[in-house]
Amino acid sequence: MSAPIIRMRGVCKYHGRFAALTDIDLTVAAGEHVVICGPSGSGKSTLIRCINRLEEHDAGRIFVDEVELNADTRNIAAVRSEVGMVFQQFNLFPHLPILDNCTLALRLVRGLAPEAARELALGYLRRVQIANQAEKYPPELSGGQQQRAAIARSLCMRPKIMLFDEPTSALDPESIAEVLDVMADLARDGMTMICVTHEMAFARRIADRIIFMDHGRIVEAAPPQQFFSAPRSLRAKLFLSRLLRYEGSGAPGTAQTAPQAVATTAQFNLGDGSDG
Amino acid sequence: MGFRWDIFWGALASVAYLKGALITVALTVSAHALAILLATPLALVLTRDRGPAVLAVKLYVGVFRGIPTLLQLLFIWNALPQFIPALQAPWFTPFLAALLALTFNEAAYQTEINRAALRSLDPGQRAAGLALGLTPTQVFVHVIVPQALRVAIPPTANEFINLLKVTSLASVISLRELLTVTNQAVASSFRFVEYYGAALVYYLVIVGVLTYFQTRLERRLAWSTHAPDAAMRDELAVAIPDSLSHRS
Ligand SMILES: Nc1ncnc2c1ncn2[C@@H]1O[C@H](COP(=O)(O)OP(=O)(O)OP(=O)(O)O)[C@@H](O)[C@H]1O
Ligand SMILES: [Mg+2]
Repeated sequence: MSAPIIRMRGVCKYHGRFAALTDIDLTVAAGEHVVICGPSGSGKSTLIRCINRLEEHDAGRIFVDEVELNADTRNIAAVRSEVGMVFQQFNLFPHLPILDNCTLALRLVRGLAPEAARELALGYLRRVQIANQAEKYPPELSGGQQQRAAIARSLCMRPKIMLFDEPTSALDPESIAEVLDVMADLARDGMTMICVTHEMAFARRIADRIIFMDHGRIVEAAPPQQFFSAPRSLRAKLFLSRLLRYEGSGAPGTAQTAPQAVATTAQFNLGDGSDG
Repeated sequence: MGFRWDIFWGALASVAYLKGALITVALTVSAHALAILLATPLALVLTRDRGPAVLAVKLYVGVFRGIPTLLQLLFIWNALPQFIPALQAPWFTPFLAALLALTFNEAAYQTEINRAALRSLDPGQRAAGLALGLTPTQVFVHVIVPQALRVAIPPTANEFINLLKVTSLASVISLRELLTVTNQAVASSFRFVEYYGAALVYYLVIVGVLTYFQTRLERRLAWSTHAPDAAMRDELAVAIPDSLSHRS
């Protein structure tokens, strides 16, 4: 396995006396694809937002590409310029056309000339297949197009790491497939990815490791095959069976039937098909 | 006693009216501009949850919204120089006193407008800006302000119109603004209708000009390619070659 690019050691985060994260130890290798899942409120968003310091951790240490995240604003800037983030609600800037959404940071942070920024941005918009929407404003696009624009906006900064916080949770099934296609493409290109998602078919296909969280702790971390077929913790079993209760091939009576259920209900189709 | 058009036109075209109107506009514009400058940091303080600064700003807003504007004017013109002898100098004119009073008064209202505008934004906007590597200042200037502006413009234009009329209170400290000039003309001639009519036209024209600019600004902030004056964006659309945009 290649060198670690993210290291979290004993990370804790509190909101008042409420512990949102407790003793998080996580190492992510360069090029690795990690999927994080877990019940609502389990701290998934908080964890990935600590990686680009949208949340400040209260204890423990975080290193991103050998730079420690602490109060030093230069370190924070260095890390943020290497880490892209995609949000559930897209968070495009509604007052700027799609193209300007993509060029804003190129101009302000990278100091690119407007023309160079435009060329670069159009390249990424083409890659996510929405170059023809470049001059439109975000609310004029469909949800799937908006999320792809948001991904392009992040990619423009040429990040080494991409963080996704439930990127498809606000989308309809067709848009979900569009966005997952783009993400699978990125994964194939070797991008280091940490992705909070409940798209389990997607997770099975691209994840090197699944992390299951509950009550601010990492309860389980395992390769997808192992996680879906034989989750070790009771909480993960319960979570998986609930997640799959209303999916295609019926409620799994035991965790052992879960993989079939996951695979057959995939809206997300990567060609080689699900083995259900 | 019929309507004397010659008096009406004479008043409209008089130097005294024009100067009065200019003083009115100058006072309104400068007081409002300073109030907005003052209100922005105050509103930013209010977006925090708690702390002594928040209490201080709330106290300020409460006091200046609670006291009649007329009393604030009289206080600053008559009472303040007793505490601060430097203000007894000739440079402390009625205009400066009115500017001071109206700025602090207006800033209290504008703070509330700016706070509401800032709070109306999704926190995800700031998060997205920071995640892209923008500094907090860049996020504020390029992401927060343009969006907050759109929310703040209609109530701010209301405030401007209100302030325009409130400047007439400054006649009590003998500032020669539009209404003072009008009253003096009426007092010496008893031609109420003609002189009041001329003042009315001035006020309406000023408000009309403001409304025109407000509409233009709001259209520019429509954030849609279908906005009536999307000319700039049309240019952009032309500038993007078709070859780039044929894919679905
Ligand atoms: N500013 C805050 N103040 C207090 N509690 C907070 C705050 N932000 C988050 N929390 C709490 O921290 C916990 C973790 O939140 P987080 O958003 O990380 O969960 P999540 O796993 O992403 O959930 P979801 O699946 O709903 O997105 C939640 O219980 C939430 O209520
Ligand atoms: Mg979340």
